[in-house]
Amino acid sequence: MTTLVAPPVTGVGTLLRFALRRERIRIPIWVGALTLTTVSTVAGFPGLYPTAASRQSRAALMDSPAATAMSGPGFGLGDYTYGAMLANEMIGFLAIFVALMSVLMVSRHTRHEEEQGRAELIRAGVVGRHASLTAALAVTVFANLLLAVILTVALGGMGIETIGWGGSALFAASLAMVGIVFAAVAAVSAQVFEHGRAASGIAGGLIGVAYALRAAGDMGIDSLSWLSPIGWAQRTKSYVDGTAWPLLLGLVVAAALVAAAYALSLQRDVGAGLRQTRPGAAGASDVLSTSLGFALRLHRGALIGWTSAMFLFGAMYGSLAAEVETFVESNPEMQQFIQQVGGASFTKSWLAAIMSMLAMVCSVFGILAIARMRTEETSGRAEPALSTALTRTGWVAGHLTVALAGGAAVMLACGLGLGLSAMASTGDSSLLTGLLGAALTYVPAVWLATGLALTLFGLLPGAVHAAWAVLVYALFVGMIGPLLRLPGWLNDLSPFFHVPQLPAADFSATPVVLLAAVAAGLVAVGFAGVRQRDLESV
Amino acid sequence: MDDTNLAIAVTGLHKSFGRTRALDGLDLTVTQGEIHGFLGPNGSGKTTTIRVLLGLLKADAGTATLLGGDPWTDVASLHRRLAYVPGDVNLWPNLSGGEVIDLLGRLRGGLDTRRREQLIERFDLDPRKKGRTYSKGNRQKVAIIAALASNVELLLLDEPTAGLDPLMEATFRRTIEEEREQGRTVLLSSHILAEVEALCDRVSIIRGGKTVETGTLAELRHLTRTSITAELAGPADGLHTMADVHDLHVEGSRVRFDVETHSLDAALRQLTAIGVRSLVSQPPTLEELFLRHYTEETARANGKATTS
Repeated sequence: MTTLVAPPVTGVGTLLRFALRRERIRIPIWVGALTLTTVSTVAGFPGLYPTAASRQSRAALMDSPAATAMSGPGFGLGDYTYGAMLANEMIGFLAIFVALMSVLMVSRHTRHEEEQGRAELIRAGVVGRHASLTAALAVTVFANLLLAVILTVALGGMGIETIGWGGSALFAASLAMVGIVFAAVAAVSAQVFEHGRAASGIAGGLIGVAYALRAAGDMGIDSLSWLSPIGWAQRTKSYVDGTAWPLLLGLVVAAALVAAAYALSLQRDVGAGLRQTRPGAAGASDVLSTSLGFALRLHRGALIGWTSAMFLFGAMYGSLAAEVETFVESNPEMQQFIQQVGGASFTKSWLAAIMSMLAMVCSVFGILAIARMRTEETSGRAEPALSTALTRTGWVAGHLTVALAGGAAVMLACGLGLGLSAMASTGDSSLLTGLLGAALTYVPAVWLATGLALTLFGLLPGAVHAAWAVLVYALFVGMIGPLLRLPGWLNDLSPFFHVPQLPAADFSATPVVLLAAVAAGLVAVGFAGVRQRDLESV
Repeated sequence: MDDTNLAIAVTGLHKSFGRTRALDGLDLTVTQGEIHGFLGPNGSGKTTTIRVLLGLLKADAGTATLLGGDPWTDVASLHRRLAYVPGDVNLWPNLSGGEVIDLLGRLRGGLDTRRREQLIERFDLDPRKKGRTYSKGNRQKVAIIAALASNVELLLLDEPTAGLDPLMEATFRRTIEEEREQGRTVLLSSHILAEVEALCDRVSIIRGGKTVETGTLAELRHLTRTSITAELAGPADGLHTMADVHDLHVEGSRVRFDVETHSLDAALRQLTAIGVRSLVSQPPTLEELFLRHYTEETARANGKATTS
């Protein structure tokens, strides 16, 4: 007797077309923005670095511990061509966003769908067990390949010396490889965690881990870079002496992760995580029954996750502080440079640069917390709460307090991790207080990002996610700005640019107070906006 | 009517979302202590009205008074005196049902713990389950218990029994009857006509953002038609010409027709003049009334679609 068994991916074609339709705006935006950023940066190279000598002076700057931690291992610094410059200074920055695109896309089509109950509707149709996950992965792989093709054509077509077709193809393929590996990472985390937010949060956190691992690896502990997909992308050495086999490594790892995701998905029910939800309390505690306690409860998981993650990131980078001295000792030119410049130690400058990057990442918590209010609103959950004596002002104040105080807590946890571990690795106990101070100094800038999100929530609630622009811009100015020698006012647009670079520089109150004042103004506008607009429910 | 007696007084309410006109001059009057049915086809503006009354939406024009206050400005003081059950309850995934009941009750200004326990038992709810693990009906129960466990003057219920099983629906009706005895005012939006018939003192029917009918059920019945089936002694003369007789069918000596309730008297006189062998009269049902309003809406909408 023969039985016909439908393959587990029945319906994947329909689902893929459906997924492509849902992504028809997002994919062009991601691909377009990433390509434009790359192309416009590269277009500036010939003007900014017209001679070999000017490029070599840039290479000398890049041969520092801070630049290495921030950008890359510095392949081709000996002959710093435009191609080498592009690969060394931009691949890390771009890889973060390509990975983010993939993580968000896979989570959106898997766990978020299940969470909203829409997956049930789909799975009730003639759809195989693995069809949804397969379609989610396929649309994400498609987006990455599209990016690779368009980026190759755009870069190769610029006709800039040393940025040829072959090198561009390898460069773009390396980025796509990172995107595909993180799509697979997100596929696994979507099976493990029941909440979409946790699933995409953990996968997003792993992007940070990958970045930190390669920073550690590039500063001397080379084996660590080989644990990071971003490290593999850099090790294709595109435009220098290109080698494609790290791409293969990425694909093998991605395939293994995808296999694991399929296997895990068989271990659970639709909508459930791998772990059963435990029953909760039969009644509310007194703390929960206040607007602040209520908000705190909703953000509890995120707050715990972010404080511990940023503490660990800080500790991870702090442990590299001792490497800075080794790095400098092995570089006589740099020692000479330090003697000329004097002032702060290289370790302190390095820590200040790291603190600045970490502060930008810490600001994500506040933006997410405000965006959460929007989710509460559109999901209809805010409605019953606001139908009680809880006013809108009280409701917003609860969430905002968690966003601001939580943002400061995340920042301090990060400074504490960085300080403790820097102190342990260098034996310099002044670094702990110095870095805690540095973390505090960044708090107003972090608050400004939160305030901007609240302003948008009040005035243009549908565009609350535009607050991410401030973070993306700050990262751009911080990571690519020096390479582009951006004019002062473009730097000034990033709130993080104004913060005194503790512990390398002295504290100065004026910029910090001004940032706090702008943050307060944005918060006030946000409150006023929320008070006078309609609540938008489903 | 004396204004101080009104729990809800809405006149000429307008609200648009972009180009969609949700409320188009809606009037609604609810007296204190009454259970007021709020009816209308899907998308006719019931939920929008309730959201305006809750101060969640700001009306474009018209006036709305709730318990003597302004629903937009007096949010906190008014909300202490009312409770709301949404039609589509979405709970927080990481809070248990019991926590949600307490949270909403306390945010309102306190809840009656004895009443809470009584309602949890009566509605057979497990308060320890987390938000997402509840079925639709159980989510609805959480919202109902949260609303009824507080001692408030006014209950705004937006299709509160959607998803409840018949047993729980009966429990809900019994509970609302008790609320009426306590002197509470209830605005009940519902599509379940039996529920409306059993509970409501007065009803308002809205359509396309306007109030089309309002009154007691008895008054509304007068607006409907009675169905008559009769076996006559002679030919059915004269009925054709009566203005208020509709859908007349004649099969030999049997006649079947609908007549406007206010002309029932005249129609019966005509029948007895011919001679009646048997007569069955079907009283007007609310269902017919609603269907007429609802289908007129559909007909009108279809008409618009074909002419535009």
